[in-house]
Amino acid sequence: MRHAVEIASSWILIALLVGIPLHGWVKGVKVYEAFVEGAKEGFNVAVRIIPFLVAILSAVGAFRGAGAMDALAKVLAPITGPLGLPAEVLPMALVRPLSGSGALGLLGNIFATPGLGPDSYAGRLGSVLQGSTETTFYVLSVYCGSVGIVRYRHALAAGLLADFTGLTASVLIARMLWA
Amino acid sequence: MNLVFVLLLVAAAIAGAVRGDIKAVGQGAFDGASQGVTLAIGLIGVMALWLGLMRIAEKAGLVEKLARAARPIFRPLFPSIPDGHPAISAMLLNIAANMMGLGNAATPFGIKAMEELEKLNPTPGTATNAQVLFLAINTASLQLVPTTVIALRASARSTDPAGILLPTLVATFCALTVAIVSAKLLERVWK
Repeated sequence: MRHAVEIASSWILIALLVGIPLHGWVKGVKVYEAFVEGAKEGFNVAVRIIPFLVAILSAVGAFRGAGAMDALAKVLAPITGPLGLPAEVLPMALVRPLSGSGALGLLGNIFATPGLGPDSYAGRLGSVLQGSTETTFYVLSVYCGSVGIVRYRHALAAGLLADFTGLTASVLIARMLWA
Repeated sequence: MNLVFVLLLVAAAIAGAVRGDIKAVGQGAFDGASQGVTLAIGLIGVMALWLGLMRIAEKAGLVEKLARAARPIFRPLFPSIPDGHPAISAMLLNIAANMMGLGNAATPFGIKAMEELEKLNPTPGTATNAQVLFLAINTASLQLVPTTVIALRASARSTDPAGILLPTLVATFCALTVAIVSAKLLERVWK
């Protein structure tokens, strides 16, 4: 299944990569010149988002470096445990909106922990959680940063509500299927 | 965002002080800062590639054609965007790339979409309703098949690496629904 999906994705990528210039060429577009003109923007966009990413990632870095995440997890674990979100998965749920690679690393830890592993309740719940939530803070910083938006209005609330829904749904489904 | 920023930093300082490891707070901040630059710089190549391809597609009229084709789906969600506007095709490409798990292409398309939406923004610097809705859709993980998670499960010798596929889809769908509904409802509250 995974291989079929990966192969399909690769083919779609190639189709775009080859198809767009070919279509443009047939339509009489000066494809090389147009490509270079568009690509020039790439550098500027990347530079524009740097301050936004540095702001959020340094704050998140300090927060995680200080061990504040672990402290928060310790406080919350007695409450979330009985609800179906065990102490092993809770840190991952907390990190997920802040850092995608961080959450993936914690998921890897759950898989590698003796007594848990990928087919345990924690392992399956973590897997569903990783796949159904997004790095909201990263998405907002990159997308808003690219156009210089500093007032996000309700974007953060909507994004975090979506993440919380993903978490709640993951727990409910995991409890139903694997508890 | 101002509150989140201050909260994270203050919590970090308190936790560092309580745990007696105040050095780790500064180190974490420095690591995060350079990580931010590395991430942004790493985007330059794929950004340039996809923005170049987008420009070709634009000049060939493909972008406008795509926007018109996608109009029926996008109009109820984004009533403020004029027909055939390039923002629609950029959003469509971003969402399609996200669903296929082409994260590398999704980000450039998403940024392009934000730029096109910004052209319609009467208050630069403040997100419009359309931008917030687009962001909300992006913060619900749209990937149809979570290949990274399945690969990680397989390498951890799971007996059923893809068994989480359907549950993930259901949870994603719930998150997406809430993202769209809350973006639509909150737009009246948060002027």
